[in-house]
Amino acid sequence: MDHISPVLWQFLDKWLTHFALYPPEASKIAPEADALYFFMILISLVGLTLVVLLIVAFSILYSKKRHPKAIQIEGSTILEATWTIIPLGLFLIMFVWGALLYFRIYTPPANAMNIYVVGKQWMWKVEHPGGQHEIDALHVPTGRPVQLTLISQDVFHSFSIPAFRVKREAIPGRYSTVWFEATTPGTYHLFCTQYCGTNHSQMIGDIVVMTPDDFRKWLEGSTSGSSLAQDGERLFASLSCNACHNARPDARGPSLVNVYDSQLMLSTGQTVTADDAYLRQAILSPSQHITQGYAPIMPTYQGQVSEEGVIELVEYIKNLDSDYRVQQTLNTTDLVPEGQAGKAPTAGQKPAAQKEAKP
Amino acid sequence: MSAATIVTLPDQSTARIPKMNFLTKENGLLSWLLTGDHKRIATLYLISITFFFFIGGALAGLIRLELLTPQTSLMAADTYNKVFSMHGLIMVFFFLVPSVPATIGNFVVPMMVGAKDLALPKINLLSWYLYVLGGCMMIYTMAAGGVDTGWTFTTPLSTHYLNTNVASAATAVFIAGFSSIFTGLNFIVTIHKMRCPGMTWFRLPLFIWSNYAASILMVLGTPVLAIVLVLVVLERTVHIGVFDPAYGGDPILFQHLFWFYSHPAVYIMILPGFGVISEVISTFSRKRVFGYTAVAFSSVAIAVFAFFVWAHHMFIMGISNYSAIVFSLMTMLVAVPSAIKIFNWAFTLYKGSITFETPMLYAFGFMGLFTIGGMTGVFLGSTGTDIQLTETYFIVAHFHFVMVGGMLMSFLSGIHFWWPKWTGRMYPEKLSQLAALTTFIGFNLTFFPQFILGTLGMPRRYAAYPPEFQALNVFSTAGATVLGVGYLLPILYLTWSLKYGAIAGDNPWQATGLEWQTQSPPLTENFPEIPIMDHEAYDYEWLEKQQQKEVASVG
Amino acid sequence: MSDSTATANGAVAEVHHEHPSYQRHHFESVEQQFDTTNFAMWLFLLTEVMFFGGLFTSYLIMRNWYYPAFVEGSHQLSIFWGTANTAVLLCSSFTMAMAVWSAEVRRKGMLLLFLGLTFVLGIGFLGIKGIEWHEKWEKSHVPGLRYSEASFLNPASDKEVYKEYHDKPLAPDMAAKTEQYFFLYFALTGMHALHMVIGVGILIFIMVRAKSGAYTSGHVTFVENFGLYWHFVDIIWIFLYPLLYLISRY
Repeated sequence: MDHISPVLWQFLDKWLTHFALYPPEASKIAPEADALYFFMILISLVGLTLVVLLIVAFSILYSKKRHPKAIQIEGSTILEATWTIIPLGLFLIMFVWGALLYFRIYTPPANAMNIYVVGKQWMWKVEHPGGQHEIDALHVPTGRPVQLTLISQDVFHSFSIPAFRVKREAIPGRYSTVWFEATTPGTYHLFCTQYCGTNHSQMIGDIVVMTPDDFRKWLEGSTSGSSLAQDGERLFASLSCNACHNARPDARGPSLVNVYDSQLMLSTGQTVTADDAYLRQAILSPSQHITQGYAPIMPTYQGQVSEEGVIELVEYIKNLDSDYRVQQTLNTTDLVPEGQAGKAPTAGQKPAAQKEAKP
Repeated sequence: MSAATIVTLPDQSTARIPKMNFLTKENGLLSWLLTGDHKRIATLYLISITFFFFIGGALAGLIRLELLTPQTSLMAADTYNKVFSMHGLIMVFFFLVPSVPATIGNFVVPMMVGAKDLALPKINLLSWYLYVLGGCMMIYTMAAGGVDTGWTFTTPLSTHYLNTNVASAATAVFIAGFSSIFTGLNFIVTIHKMRCPGMTWFRLPLFIWSNYAASILMVLGTPVLAIVLVLVVLERTVHIGVFDPAYGGDPILFQHLFWFYSHPAVYIMILPGFGVISEVISTFSRKRVFGYTAVAFSSVAIAVFAFFVWAHHMFIMGISNYSAIVFSLMTMLVAVPSAIKIFNWAFTLYKGSITFETPMLYAFGFMGLFTIGGMTGVFLGSTGTDIQLTETYFIVAHFHFVMVGGMLMSFLSGIHFWWPKWTGRMYPEKLSQLAALTTFIGFNLTFFPQFILGTLGMPRRYAAYPPEFQALNVFSTAGATVLGVGYLLPILYLTWSLKYGAIAGDNPWQATGLEWQTQSPPLTENFPEIPIMDHEAYDYEWLEKQQQKEVASVG
Repeated sequence: MSDSTATANGAVAEVHHEHPSYQRHHFESVEQQFDTTNFAMWLFLLTEVMFFGGLFTSYLIMRNWYYPAFVEGSHQLSIFWGTANTAVLLCSSFTMAMAVWSAEVRRKGMLLLFLGLTFVLGIGFLGIKGIEWHEKWEKSHVPGLRYSEASFLNPASDKEVYKEYHDKPLAPDMAAKTEQYFFLYFALTGMHALHMVIGVGILIFIMVRAKSGAYTSGHVTFVENFGLYWHFVDIIWIFLYPLLYLISRY
């Protein structure tokens, strides 16, 4: 893009947006996406012009009146090679360029700020880690990479921000991510672009881009009082996760302190990274991946915890860097895991037959 | 006639439709309903397909009417969802997939290979009955309140979140799928086993090559659609299945299985259209198609590559980045043979002797519109741009350009081209040229603005949209009106021509295919005796010698 | 040439050549007819492979994800009945091949015998399948309609199966996945059984026609092509059996 004159670029951009032929460019990746798009338009125009020119020119030059006798020509290997190789070359350029762009958009940087989005029929629920909750709206600051972790509560939805040139499917049953960095304050369209039933066309909203100062003010003003991690901590205790995951030496479950993004060794010998997807699966379908050294006794919380609840738990675990508060909540609750009635864990007591039956 | 046409009709004062032909051979309803004659079956198909086309077209009209305003003014959102779903289902499965193969293909394939009928006439009839049964099922679905899954039956929406007639719609498509499989099976067997003596593979008309390639796709791809529909209906009935994440299933599995068929399906739709264009361009430029071998092999190449690109419908659905680029690369590869064809057809015009009868006009329209449609496919095949453009009106515009601007134009081209052979009569040339022009203009007005809408971000399948998109939508609807007129005209004048059209004679276009060397309409057994193919395809010099011989012998 | 004769007379003299009554008019010879229909049948079987392919793909993916659930689910199937069914089908393929041979050597009695045996074995297969399915219903292992995870949460409660396999109790979420196993079990065996039913139906038709001598006068095509179909349905079962019944018994 440095090769294109900024004047021409500004002109193209302004003119196209003014005539509503093109969405505004409001993210860092937008001009790059547009550069590829314009290249493709150019190639298409050239290709179309060539084809139309050939048809028109040949139709005139070789119309029956002008050229009554046709001359039979079998073909030409050179020509075949030309119009095989040149289109192939052009398509491959578009392929490589597009692939680079695709990887950029779907590989969030490590320092991206994460915001959770839960899609459901027919609204978007946006959860900021600081505890701000939005419906059908997303406030973001300029100048900071923002990663969206998306999931759907029911059917496929698709989170689309045309002004940022990003879009990602919200899939039931698994997380998907996309990132962007907003550049221009303003309000832009948010669409659901995957047909999801009756009110699919009503599942729209606003992306509000603010300067960092305004964004900070908005965060302070819209907080619900507790961050996602704090909500998660509450949920963690109320579901008595702390009965097993309490970082004690005799604990029935692995410690979750600093477990996020670490490498875990599973009972099968495989190593996995404990990312969001892993944590979600561990909560909802724990017997699929069992940490080495632990028995497969964790119950599933499928049906007991909503996707928002899972997000809160994941956010809590992400920020868990010490077991101090876990221990605290243990002492203040008398909650016992199901099926263990009468064996309330007390500090110091070794529960009988722990870590038995290695898988 | 004037020098600017190649149409050569017999003397109208003495010419008569041959008394004995496939239409007059037997009379009565049963002779039609129990026929094995591929030409009668083709005629039955033509009538039923036209019927469904107009239902699908009426639904399209309703869509465009609703989209005149940004709000849901004409119908409730639920109704709109049903309208576009039914439009898609009917147009894809009951018009586009069978259009050229089941009508023109059934009619012309045996004659082109020099056979008396297709290999399996009873299966051919069964194929039509399955089509009608599927169609009745689809009409029942509409009458019972419609289905609103979209034509793509996306799970878990279709399995757990809708209470409309999903099962009956899926059954209708399932049955129609078998109709398609049997047609494809028949073609492959016929082309392999029933060629007349001397008809080597490379003497076959390119229409046969294209239909052969499409038939491979029909035969190998459609069964996968059938099984995925079975699984969807099962899951709907017992409320558990392999597509439901709450029970450990995977909705992405549905996507893979569905698109494994539905991508080859689009090539099933377009390849026979390619075949028609080859025939028409050759005949109206009096030249063998430039690069016959390249065009033949490119059809087969498309059929092969078609099976390796399906996940380009899933780029934003959470497939791994590496998986996405593999499918993107394959998509670029499958685009190349189509480009090869366009250039080969363009160069067929070089040093030809070109006339501009209606089939040729439709063929030119095809070439321009398919180029645009195909190139915009490359936009979508490139993963990065697909993120912006997928699931918007850009996709809608892309597939309408290739399906309507491409496939439907080639269907009309073929119908006009083989009409004299089929009915023994010519259609009115001036009126049909006007209709072709109207269609072309209407089409561009309707669908070109949709590219812009898509780029702007307007999502597809939206009953209501932000007000700033209204101008383009109104423009598109206005175009649709013109397009509708363009499609109505052929129905009227083709029906008129059945009684009042000029008598065509055997070979009004002076074409070289075997089907043109027999009477119009043809005998039930096509040829009095099996022909012997002693010349290459599109051999205009052979044709000239034939005609000189005739003049000499008659004179 | 041909066109001028056609328009002139209106009626065209049909060249009448000698051909057997069962040769259709669009074929030039009996060999072409046989060759063509045989090829068509193989092609049709290819479509059937693609059809079952979708089911097999789903099965393989789910089994890969939920292996413990699939193992314990498969322990609920009766190896006895499954093996019996496999033997029944293999024998029926043999009798079908003998039937085709009988038609070729034009021995009507033998043809009817072997067709009858194939029919009996086919019905036997379906009967055994019925017994197995009934057992699934009794034990509440029918997904969606009558399903209980008790046998997997607490294998000791299912004495027969526990005696043989000593399965460990599955975690609740893995136990829930056994319903997927049974969904695929019923989908696969049900689709296979449907093909068997169609086969048995056509077999009845063939037996009736065979009685009147339709296949013992040189026209073997229909029987031979049906034989191909029958062998194919048998092969599908040969794949189903180890996949469904023999999961942990390599």
